[in-house]
Amino acid sequence: MIWQLDLIILMIVIVLGIGALTVKDLLSAAVLFGAYSFMMCLLWAIMGAVDVAFTEASVGAGVSTVLFVAAVFRTSRRTKD
Amino acid sequence: MKAIGVILVGFLGGLLIYCSMDFPPWGDPHSPASSHVSPYYIEHTLEDTSVPNIVTSVLADYRGYDTMFETVVIFTAGIACIFLLRVFKAVEPETRLYRHLPTGITLRIAQGGKFPDDSDQFKRIDSDWVPHDIILQTTCRMIIPFIQIFALYVIAHGHHSPGGGFQGGVIFGASIILFAIAFDLRSAIKRMGERLTAFLCALGVLIYAGVGLVCMLYGNNFLDYSALADILGVDRISARSHGILMVEIGVGLAVMAVMVVLYYNLASAGKHDEGL
Repeated sequence: MIWQLDLIILMIVIVLGIGALTVKDLLSAAVLFGAYSFMMCLLWAIMGAVDVAFTEASVGAGVSTVLFVAAVFRTSRRTKD
Repeated sequence: MKAIGVILVGFLGGLLIYCSMDFPPWGDPHSPASSHVSPYYIEHTLEDTSVPNIVTSVLADYRGYDTMFETVVIFTAGIACIFLLRVFKAVEPETRLYRHLPTGITLRIAQGGKFPDDSDQFKRIDSDWVPHDIILQTTCRMIIPFIQIFALYVIAHGHHSPGGGFQGGVIFGASIILFAIAFDLRSAIKRMGERLTAFLCALGVLIYAGVGLVCMLYGNNFLDYSALADILGVDRISARSHGILMVEIGVGLAVMAVMVVLYYNLASAGKHDEGL
């Protein structure tokens, strides 16, 4: 485990998580959440949990982003709060 | 109100971080988790189940109950989505858009007009997603079979490499969702209908529980796959490996069908008519 790489990815994860919470446009939030999942996937892969990384990449970064986009498409794109 | 929320989140997060300081360090060989349970799996998995990937054997054999009820949770999520979102009453659309295929002209047919659904020359298009993108459709047509073969490989090869029922099922479902996005929801539903997806959801869980039940009928514990040795005609250790493959297929079917059900219902707001 290279700690510099770990630190960079953890910082990106935190920034993306805060960004997904604060951004007003829900479509951007969905995309940010997909990027967050992908960074988590890299983190699992660095830790050696390849099966979890695979699940995170396919479920978190892949299908759930599509489901979020579909939900945004059917509701509203702006958040109320 | 917002200030109280921030204080509460800060306090609980701080408590969580403070408590996690008592955790053993990452990869500590003397921590309780790595000194009792993990060595058993690492040392005995290959001779117990003849599966090289320890994660798969722990997931589907040693901890088979967990995975079975995870599958049940996914099944329940799909059923709940159908109950919450699906509109069973057929809604008459006010206007529909059709594309005349030879010329590419878009026709708008108002309420009460005659819809040319049975004609070969007209193709119905969504009212808010109309571009006719032949590059996208051709690319998806070419790439989808390979995605599906990769999904089957992930399910079947979960014994030897990362992967298994959940990942393979999600990838297979993603290929169908990709088809529905690239073409339209109606042609996806025509190929993989609502009844089929609901049936596959239930079939996946049934395969998993059924394998466990067959083991019980042969006098072993529930989900103890070594009982399958007599049916499959192999020794008891390979039977556990084959049993893992069977339940992985069940998990893959259920997950694939649930992903497709979730997408159909979310993208069309339960009407299964016009979608993303």
